[in-house]
Amino acid sequence: MAGPGPIGRIRDDLPIYASSGSEDSVGPQLGGVRVLLEQYRAAGIHSVSHDFHPDGRHEMLNETNRDEVRAKLLNWDLSGSRPNKHHRTALFTYVRRSVKRKLSGMKFSLRAFNLCLSLVTLGAAQSVHSVGNIFKPQATPAESVYHLSMLVMMVCAAIFLTVAGLLTFTIIRFRGKAGDDREPAQVYGSDRIEIAWTVIPILIVLVLTMATARVVIAIQNKQAPKDALQVTVIGHQWWWEIRYPDLGIVTANELHVPVSTLAKPAVTFLKLQSADVAHSFWVPQLSGKTDLIPNRTNTMWIDPRQEGTFLGNCAEYCGMQHANMLLRVIVQSPAEFGKWAASQERNALGDSHIDAGRVAFLSLSCVNCHRVSGTPAVGTFGPDLSHVMSRDTLGAGVIRNTPENLRAWVKDPQVIKPGNLMPNMQLNSVELDEVVAYLSSLK
Amino acid sequence: MTPSISMEPAEWTLPDRGRVGVACLIATEFALFTIFVVAYVFYIGKSLTGPTPSQVLELPVWSTICLLSSSITVGLATRALKANRMQGFKLWTGVTILLGLEFLRQTALEWRHLISDCHLTITTNLFGTTFYSLVGLHGSHVVLGLTLLSLTWGLGLGGKMHGQARRFELLSWYWHFVDVVWVAVFTVVYVIGR
Amino acid sequence: MPSKLHEWIVTVDHKRLGIMYIATSLFFFALAGVLAALMRAQLAFPNGTLVPPAVFNRLLTVHGTTMVFLVGMPFFAGLANYLVPLMIGARDMAFPRLNAFGYWMFLFGGLLLYFSYIGAEGLAGHGTAPDVGWFAYAPLTERAFSRGTSTDYWILSIIISGIGTTASAINVIVTVISMRCKGMKLARMPLFVWLMLVVSAMVVMALPPLSAAQIMLLLDRYLGAHFFDTQAGGSAVLWQHFFWLFGHPEVYILVIPGFACVSEIIPVFSRKPIFGRAAMIGATVAIGMVSVSVWAHHMFAVGMAPSSNIFFVGSTMLVGIPTGIKIFNWLATMYGGKLRFDTPMLFCVGFLFQFLIAGLTGIMLAAAPLNWQLTDSYFVVAHFHYTLIGGMLFALFGGLYYWFPKATGKMLSETLGKCHFWLLVIGFHMTFDTLHFAGILGMPRRIYTYAAGRGWEGLNLVASIGVIFQAAGVACLIWNIIRSVRKGAPAGNDPWDAWTLEWATASPPPEYNFAVEPEVRSSRPLWDLKHPEDPDWKYE
Repeated sequence: MAGPGPIGRIRDDLPIYASSGSEDSVGPQLGGVRVLLEQYRAAGIHSVSHDFHPDGRHEMLNETNRDEVRAKLLNWDLSGSRPNKHHRTALFTYVRRSVKRKLSGMKFSLRAFNLCLSLVTLGAAQSVHSVGNIFKPQATPAESVYHLSMLVMMVCAAIFLTVAGLLTFTIIRFRGKAGDDREPAQVYGSDRIEIAWTVIPILIVLVLTMATARVVIAIQNKQAPKDALQVTVIGHQWWWEIRYPDLGIVTANELHVPVSTLAKPAVTFLKLQSADVAHSFWVPQLSGKTDLIPNRTNTMWIDPRQEGTFLGNCAEYCGMQHANMLLRVIVQSPAEFGKWAASQERNALGDSHIDAGRVAFLSLSCVNCHRVSGTPAVGTFGPDLSHVMSRDTLGAGVIRNTPENLRAWVKDPQVIKPGNLMPNMQLNSVELDEVVAYLSSLK
Repeated sequence: MTPSISMEPAEWTLPDRGRVGVACLIATEFALFTIFVVAYVFYIGKSLTGPTPSQVLELPVWSTICLLSSSITVGLATRALKANRMQGFKLWTGVTILLGLEFLRQTALEWRHLISDCHLTITTNLFGTTFYSLVGLHGSHVVLGLTLLSLTWGLGLGGKMHGQARRFELLSWYWHFVDVVWVAVFTVVYVIGR
Repeated sequence: MPSKLHEWIVTVDHKRLGIMYIATSLFFFALAGVLAALMRAQLAFPNGTLVPPAVFNRLLTVHGTTMVFLVGMPFFAGLANYLVPLMIGARDMAFPRLNAFGYWMFLFGGLLLYFSYIGAEGLAGHGTAPDVGWFAYAPLTERAFSRGTSTDYWILSIIISGIGTTASAINVIVTVISMRCKGMKLARMPLFVWLMLVVSAMVVMALPPLSAAQIMLLLDRYLGAHFFDTQAGGSAVLWQHFFWLFGHPEVYILVIPGFACVSEIIPVFSRKPIFGRAAMIGATVAIGMVSVSVWAHHMFAVGMAPSSNIFFVGSTMLVGIPTGIKIFNWLATMYGGKLRFDTPMLFCVGFLFQFLIAGLTGIMLAAAPLNWQLTDSYFVVAHFHYTLIGGMLFALFGGLYYWFPKATGKMLSETLGKCHFWLLVIGFHMTFDTLHFAGILGMPRRIYTYAAGRGWEGLNLVASIGVIFQAAGVACLIWNIIRSVRKGAPAGNDPWDAWTLEWATASPPPEYNFAVEPEVRSSRPLWDLKHPEDPDWKYE
């Protein structure tokens, strides 16, 4: 396995992952593994990743930290390996080890919780990060918050243990005995104690406020670097309009951004506006939320470090279908992002065979709300449909983008997302076939 | 079993219920007006269309003089009532009411001018919205005050106001409050905002 | 009309009105609890179809509005109206008729809110109950986005019941200042009375911003004004500022009456005076004053400048200090005492643990960047239910068990009380401990359903099961009340061996409260009587 010959026969888009312990005497002690991985990289294999476990020995999958080892293996990101446009379903079992040290302020022990998650990966060979755990940051803003939260929670945990401990002690120690009617010593107070337990909290508050202030300033005052990707997100009831002004792209519900690596940092700056009521942009693993408020422009930024699809939600109640105003941030390699942007910038393709469909689409009232680039349809009330088939979902995440779902949506969107602002257009089955065929061609 | 172990000074006087009550009422109304004033100040200069305050507003000097003088007259009425001078009470209360009515009349004239000639309504722009609501809120309090004053004046005519100086004084507090609010409204709307 | 019923309808007796306030607020509590149970049933499983979105959004709005305005505030009014005159040795409130007026305004406002369910067809045939969330952010509430009258029911019912609450608050302030018995200097008033005074002052100052904003919204909706009309240059954020200017003091208005109950119960059941009386009073006044400067911590995600955000971080953490100190004082009162764990005290102990946790999650939320992650998520929902149920409600239940004997002359059953307590503890923790984690895993609030695979399913199921236990606990309470009113053991004047004036008269007190107006020399007049060899006035 380790010779140049065999290595040379390995296809370079095969992802390789190594998991090894630092005390493995078969190795020895990571030395051999490191050499092997270097050889793979030198041979041009794109995706070579590893986890080295301190103090681990040979059989990592059964080591004392096997949960962590297995979790890391199962979370290994396979993106970028095969150009595979088919939908794929993978079953991940996620076992949380001990979150007690992170959330020790909580009374509840989380060891008791086994969270089994079914992750349905949609779209290309991208892994979908559908669990938005704020304590698993994948971008700088979320990470800054994470570090601050660790400090705050440790302080809170210390306070909790002290006070709850004293309370428990008091309840047990000073329980009155039945039949004992004498009154205990009547203590009215103690200036010294009271001053102490006022001053100490004041100091704690000062420290926490200053620590917080630093993070607030770091996140809010960040200046966009010259090469930052500028995106404008406009909230609508109940979908996201996403515009790339410098690239001339208009899309909906999916925010594609390039991944940020140490070698090539890539920051995306978002301008947040609203066309109607207040919404809020929240993708927990990337950043805290920022509101989209009409007649006001807010800004935020993200620099995601991991490729894949991050799920988010609108986080400000905005009416009937607030629950189904879902968000996808699709983080791609620079090359993939470039390809995506190029395909979005083009005018809508459309198949020349589908002329009847295009005619139907343009003559029905679809054009009042929807835009298809390169055609007379320039409506802006609803999502831009120029490349609707390139998206993972329809209806802002409420259904997957499949031919059956597309047809069901166009037939009667109110069944799928009741109350949404696209009415049942009352198309007969001929019109429906034509329109759906046309839309299916808008890749 | 009622405790009674007093070895303390026999004097035990507490503030008058009515006074504390009206003071609380005034506090709550003060908070209400503050919000409307804040909204007015916040929206100064933010209207998307005209007309603007400087284009259409004129200093309401005469109505202000009337309203502020009415504070003096209501004070005179209170003193008269305390001294049981019923004629003086009826006179000064009557003058207060007339001054208040004149204030309202001037407001009505101003509004008619603004609506018909300047085309400024509550729905025209942010200035219209905040102007009419703030001045209108104050005006409604003037109306309420005048109603109560008229009630006491009527009772005075019927000889029923003997010994009611304490209560009338509370009403005069309310009236003074309405005047103080006018000073604030005048300053914010006609001086600062123009 | 039966004369007994007629007596209750025309009464101006503060004790009867107090009971009416509390009974009505428990009624609305049960209603809002049913609404919550329906919501939790819908959210127990992903892609739930039990409750359609139009109905769910009305449930969440009316649940929140009811709990805040028709349960929390009237409970304060009821307790204050019942107990303040008794505790200060007075015959009644300063303005008995204003008291009655306040009650009936509250009731009418509440009925108006619930009438909205049947008032009109509404948009989708689901009645026209409000569906804009209990804080009704603009411009969702403007005519353009909130057609029909649902928002108007929200506005009017709150304005009307708010007038009642303000009337109650003014009545309490005047009573405390002007009606104290001889010797009852302000410094000698029971802590309960002090805290109710502070709450009343807060109501007087904090309710008007809400009323003002609601009047502005009515002007927008009906006279074409533009206060919050963003199309005309109006500001949606201005609504938030006005609302939270009311909203934050409001949460202290809700919880401080709970503090008031706890401050009376813990000393009696620890057999010691409250530790640091002056500090407790000072801390409460400080909370009242600082609480008006923290409101924008509900708006950290709105995009305010860093300096504004930092100011509110500081002020919010600051207000946690007097609040935290009170926990230390209660703890120090228990320390060295002889603790009795009758039901009132059980609820106080639950309160102490739970309010501690609630305060600490509050500190977490005060750190603005962490707030950017957690606001508008189930973490916040868990936090405020912790303060309101784990804190306020437990304390108020403690008060209910403590003063029920005084109001009715009968003891509540200890066994049923303990069932109530433990069922509530189990259910409360099952529901709200787990919901913290749903927020941490990205679950936003006010969603009527969610997809599988987000990590939320198990947590929501557990949370929903917890509701069953809570409901069982409340059922125990209701049964306890019904049963004990008729068959409870006779209480006598002073079943708990307590020290404040209300225990010096009969249970229930005669209409005139005290045959002879009391005179006091310390803050614990009955302690002085029971312990003439070591009275409090030697130390005060």
